[in-house]
Amino acid sequence: MKLTTALLATSALVVSAGVASAQSMTIVSWGGAYSASQKNAYHDPYSEKTGVEIINDDSSAEAVAKLRAMNEAGNVTWDVVDVVGADAIRLCDEGLAMEIDHDEVLAAAPDGTSASDDFGDLIVSDCFVPQIVYSTTFGYRTDMVPAGVEAPNDICDVFDLETYPGKRALEKRPINNMEWALLCSGVAKEDVYDVLETEDGIAMALAKLDTIKDQTIWWSAGADTPQLLADGEIFMGSTYNGRLFSLIEEQGQPVGMMWDAQVFDLDGWIVPTGLSEERTKQAMDYLFFATDTQRLADQAKYISYGPARASSAPLVGKHASLGIDMAPHMPTDPANAANTFLFNYEWWADYRDDLDAKFQAWLAQ
Amino acid sequence: MAALTPVKPTPASFYVPVVAAAGGFAGIFVGTAQGATLLGLVAGAALLAGIALLLAGALSEKEKAGRWGLFVLMALAGFTLGGLMGGIIGALFGWFFGWFIYWLSTGRYRQKLVPYLTPGQVLWHYTFRVICGAIFVFLITPIIVVMPLSFNAQDFFTFTPEMLRLDPDGFSMKHYDDFFTNSDWQNALWNSLTIAPMATLLSVTFGTLAAIGLSQPHVPYRQAIMAILISPMIVPLIISAAGMYFFYSRIGLQGTYIGVVLAHAALGIPFVIITVTATLVGFDRSLTRAAANMGANPTTTFFRIQMPLILPGVISGGLFAFITSFDEVVVVLFVGSAGQKTLPWQMFTGLREQISPTILAVATILVALSILLLATVEILRRRSERLRGMTPA
Repeated sequence: MKLTTALLATSALVVSAGVASAQSMTIVSWGGAYSASQKNAYHDPYSEKTGVEIINDDSSAEAVAKLRAMNEAGNVTWDVVDVVGADAIRLCDEGLAMEIDHDEVLAAAPDGTSASDDFGDLIVSDCFVPQIVYSTTFGYRTDMVPAGVEAPNDICDVFDLETYPGKRALEKRPINNMEWALLCSGVAKEDVYDVLETEDGIAMALAKLDTIKDQTIWWSAGADTPQLLADGEIFMGSTYNGRLFSLIEEQGQPVGMMWDAQVFDLDGWIVPTGLSEERTKQAMDYLFFATDTQRLADQAKYISYGPARASSAPLVGKHASLGIDMAPHMPTDPANAANTFLFNYEWWADYRDDLDAKFQAWLAQ
Repeated sequence: MAALTPVKPTPASFYVPVVAAAGGFAGIFVGTAQGATLLGLVAGAALLAGIALLLAGALSEKEKAGRWGLFVLMALAGFTLGGLMGGIIGALFGWFFGWFIYWLSTGRYRQKLVPYLTPGQVLWHYTFRVICGAIFVFLITPIIVVMPLSFNAQDFFTFTPEMLRLDPDGFSMKHYDDFFTNSDWQNALWNSLTIAPMATLLSVTFGTLAAIGLSQPHVPYRQAIMAILISPMIVPLIISAAGMYFFYSRIGLQGTYIGVVLAHAALGIPFVIITVTATLVGFDRSLTRAAANMGANPTTTFFRIQMPLILPGVISGGLFAFITSFDEVVVVLFVGSAGQKTLPWQMFTGLREQISPTILAVATILVALSILLLATVEILRRRSERLRGMTPA
């Protein structure tokens, strides 16, 4: 009897302690160097200023599923969540993320431009506060380029096994791969999604991918391609540009970047629905602080992703520990962005399930 | 038991082909490393056949000199071909083949076997040992590979050329340093160290009580209760985890320390029940009746009579419960929140998002700890057995 009472008392204490400490908030992100950059640029200054303790949860990869479960269980434990643009659209549609009035909640640019104008087109959903622009592009081993051949600088070099023999790494999903395959099958950039809507277009893309299928390793985590490149296991592989930056500049691996036909994507914050009023206010306060012009520019000191505000671009400085200029490493730098491909959110939202099934079936063949 | 098996030298037609086959097998690995598997096979077989003829034929009387000569020669050859690492591999080959050639050619391989075995039985005797060795290698290699990699100077799971040359620049303690200084890892370690003992304590307490109760013949529906209690072990973990998530959310335990401890205790209880039930089978009930007869109440009887006798079962059950909690990643991902991030959780995210060799350093530390823990328990068990053997029952 005594034991039961003691147990109940302890659990009651712990439960009330968990609810009472509004002075901490849980922020969900992707982990690794990316979370570290957010900690340095946003979390630490915010904690210092307000005294709020920030707990990091590296669960962004399963954010949609977990938010659904939390919503169902009526127990939302996250305050602010970092997701990619496509996930934000899904969460907003399902009512799992709050709609945010960007001009009211977020800081204006230093010159007085309103937040919604400063972010511009990057606000892809009413629930989404853009943070960075990243890109998916190719890295290649510089020491595996055959003698007498120019280093690969064209997206179609990926499909050219004769000039550039060696293994490739591609992401294990249709997104990006299908677009690249069509671009290299002679489809014009502006027609890619129209062609991909047809059965013939899908067949064409898969036929192009067929030419390198037996030379391809399929990755699913962002860390895979850097590891494979460092091992010399592959000649070239697609991954996020920040991972390649760290591989080349921080780890000093013999790897080069091929920016051609890089695919832009967005990452940013959402606030879950179902938070108490106090926690919502806290989350909005954090967003106001963490997405102002200076903070977004600060993040670029730690990782090579482009700040989402137009007004942050001129403030991007040098890398915090390497001391190199970060601007040339941004996916948005004019030299790197000579040929970019714009990822079409709405198109993929409509066709994703169908293409996923077809792509997986093709993979299994 | 020394069997007096006569040892006599074997003919060259026996040991040369056997040594050549072994040489060919070793040659496959060396050849593949150089990119010419077939050449390695042929060259290895030919080389070893020649060496066998030379050593067992011309130098059969000077075994010591022959073995040392081969050892030094192979080490030198390896060193010129592949640097320090090549030298070590060469020396190992030289040591092995020197022993192998004389072992076969002098007929010593029969020395420890009984005299009446046919050649086929002798062959099976050694084949069996080779198979056992191969299974052992298969089981242990993935764990061994992790250890040198954890001293990698780079941030990847890669044996760099510097490491293969045994260049000190290729090695560093930085991943261990990261583990001991990084607050993420330290928090995770602290969480694991506070959750696992509490969960073990609860599992051992409830599991032992349940096992004692269920071993009483007069308890109704014993089989059914037993089945329910050990169900966490049988139901897929992900099902338990999802169920616990929704249940704990409703009663406010999700994302709390107590919640994770209770969840892990539920997972650990079946192990304790099974091990304690097993030890209770050999427990003599008349002892408790005798204690009661002498005026001891049930609590005293339990602690003074029953507990010491079933202690080995309780301890091994507790060990399993501890390891379950310490290794568990699925349930804690559901029931815990970021504040209860345990070591396996941190390793899981580190592996998925970052492939950081800090995981290898942690794995090496955990392997060392597990070996220490199991060795301690084994030593204690032997000691108590010895003590028990010395005192007449």
